[in-house]
Amino acid sequence: MVVTQTILYLLIVFVGTGGELCVSRAMKTIGEVTDFRPHSIARVVGRALALKRMWMGITLMAVAFFALLGMLSLAKVSFVFPSTALSYAAGALGGKLFLRERVTPQRWFGVLLVCIGVVLVFIGNG
Amino acid sequence: MTAPQGLHFKTSVLILIMISVAPLGDTFLGKGMKQVGGMPSWAPVDLFQFFFRAFTSGTVWIGIGLLLAYFVAYLLVLSWADYSYVQPASSASYVLIALLAHFALHESISPLRWLGVAVICTGVFVVGHTHPQTPEHHSW
Repeated sequence: MVVTQTILYLLIVFVGTGGELCVSRAMKTIGEVTDFRPHSIARVVGRALALKRMWMGITLMAVAFFALLGMLSLAKVSFVFPSTALSYAAGALGGKLFLRERVTPQRWFGVLLVCIGVVLVFIGNG
Repeated sequence: MTAPQGLHFKTSVLILIMISVAPLGDTFLGKGMKQVGGMPSWAPVDLFQFFFRAFTSGTVWIGIGLLLAYFVAYLLVLSWADYSYVQPASSASYVLIALLAHFALHESISPLRWLGVAVICTGVFVVGHTHPQTPEHHSW
């Protein structure tokens, strides 16, 4: 059971983050959304769905979602969601490495706090 | 490109929607999956039956619907804001998840786990005070 939960956890954190990085890159290709009327939002979603990178992201996020469903069937909600916050560290690192975002020291500090919080959630699960 | 104040405002509104809708969706998913029962094994037949039961659960679908609403808000905000800003900022929803898990799903949460959630939220607060957009070249 521990092995199953570990595999599911790694899928949620790393495959999920990979998917979100793909989606983020795809949305930056489309550009800033300034019109929030329903038909304009539908048009933006339509343009997004025409991008290969968006589908790559959706596929990876779908795998992570299936893993999440599996994890939720085995562990408490109050453990599963806070513990997967580890993806914030992976996300900040991925944002810097793959999307060339400038992650400021303050933002790194915030991410570090999130990671410490995740460790406490893990210890508190015992 | 919108003015910095307008940018901050629309970013805040969409992140607020994200941190309200996602915890509700997660709670419904958690409740639904507990009704479905534990994942039995990695055998394809078992996995198929497990996910079949999951996707025929009304509670799971309510959760999925709420998470889809979250996803649309998430896509919109990512069209202008940095991923490394949006992702941690949206994690404020973890407080709501913990509260919903405790009060709606009656889960026992240890003091250490509450402390962990509080530290996560402090991290979110710190990240939330950085500018949402730090444009550089996208080479990936």
